[in-house]
Amino acid sequence: MSSVLYDTPGPTARRRHLIGTVIGTLVLAAVLGWVLWKLWSEEQITPDQWEAFTQPTIIKALWNGLLDTLRAAAFAIVLAVVFGAILASGRLSDHALLRWPSIIVIEFFRAVPLLLLIFFIFLGFGSTFGTFYSLVLGLMLYNGAVLAEIFRAGIIAVPKGQTEAGYAIGLRKSQVMRLILAPQAVASMLPAIISQCVVALKDTALGYVIGASGIVRTGEQIYISPLYNNPLATGFVLAAVFIVINYSLSKLATWIESRQRREGRAVVRRGATDAAAPAAG
Amino acid sequence: MYRSELISRLSDGFIVTLQLLGWSMLIATVLGTLLAAMRVSPIAPLRAVGVSYVNIFRNTPLVVLFLIAVVGLPELGLLTGSFFWRAVTALSLYTAAFVCEVLRSGINTVQAGQAEAARAIGLTFGQTLRLVVLPQAFRNVIPPLASVYIALTKNTSVASAFGILDLTYQLSDLIEDFPGSLYWNFFSIAACYILIVAVISGAAALFERRVGVSR
Repeated sequence: MSSVLYDTPGPTARRRHLIGTVIGTLVLAAVLGWVLWKLWSEEQITPDQWEAFTQPTIIKALWNGLLDTLRAAAFAIVLAVVFGAILASGRLSDHALLRWPSIIVIEFFRAVPLLLLIFFIFLGFGSTFGTFYSLVLGLMLYNGAVLAEIFRAGIIAVPKGQTEAGYAIGLRKSQVMRLILAPQAVASMLPAIISQCVVALKDTALGYVIGASGIVRTGEQIYISPLYNNPLATGFVLAAVFIVINYSLSKLATWIESRQRREGRAVVRRGATDAAAPAAG
Repeated sequence: MYRSELISRLSDGFIVTLQLLGWSMLIATVLGTLLAAMRVSPIAPLRAVGVSYVNIFRNTPLVVLFLIAVVGLPELGLLTGSFFWRAVTALSLYTAAFVCEVLRSGINTVQAGQAEAARAIGLTFGQTLRLVVLPQAFRNVIPPLASVYIALTKNTSVASAFGILDLTYQLSDLIEDFPGSLYWNFFSIAACYILIVAVISGAAALFERRVGVSR
């Protein structure tokens, strides 16, 4: 294997790599051993820390919590796609009266921390919305603003000749957008949209902070109960659930992206990294 | 009365947010660089660790990492003294995964021919890295690294839910003493975050102009 950093290894380099592999493995084994020893000596991997997760009632509670989390995420993503489409078409509009408010809304919600936004909605309107819709609304505003930028990039990426051909056969502006640009843009945006779903799903865990029901809240109820008192074990279980779901979604996005590229279609990138990679936000 | 209280509490929160940001940025950058070096190394186990780290921490919600760091770490007898350092731990571990990915893709966008040419004229591995590969990688890395730091700025707000008195914490704290001040509080706190975000993206733009030679 050759890369920018090194050539295809010859016999000397292969021997050196072998030595590196042995040393690297030993160091990693030592680190892993230390972590396990630490967990063991502080009585974190004893069966009583983990027995909670073998009980049907606890598993059922976690499952219900996960369903609540997924429901909030699904609501938020669907609403965000609609909101994002409206914002994107506003930003792409020829009328300054539509364009400027859209730009301000997009930039504001992208720059403000999501948790601050959720707190604000909950403190201001929590009595009418409840925790669930406060969370969904916050997620919708933030992800809608991010998706609007993805949509805009997708529309701009459609070759200019398509728009010109649309006008040439007598379509109106809205028809060009609806019949020509949007259908072609959706395919190129799919990986970026799916990876934004990963971000939204991770952010749904913020609902825990305002007391919305979800898997993190269920986890807290488990580890604060004196019967179990196992915050580390619960934390690892929660993390594992999210990792499995998000990793699968990312793989799906990567698969769609590679299929698009094989077919020679454009793919909208989020920032400079892979389209399919979840962003830090 | 309200105005002076708003200013004093926001400046307190602003300093805490900046401290969280500064320390997490430093630790995440160092750790992320180490991980990126592992991910591009020719030694398979190191690569595997880099890949696993990124996949684990990139796919875990920050709130869950905070739970593990703030509630879980003291169970191991680690960082029992300070909420602040536990919050920095969670933020740094999370952000390091994104820094690693940005640096790795920055290195990978440099074409293999560049390093081959460098070796052909007799540069050593260290010289190749220092004079040819890294300057080009660095240039590709500035804008995405800036967006990772901007995301980190916004993510520091999660610490407010775990006992840190940062900017976001002041929102609910001010409302308890001044009911009806919600909108003012929200927009002033939002303005503080927007200020930090603007400084980071401004610095990135400046830096990019400085080192970003057009190809």
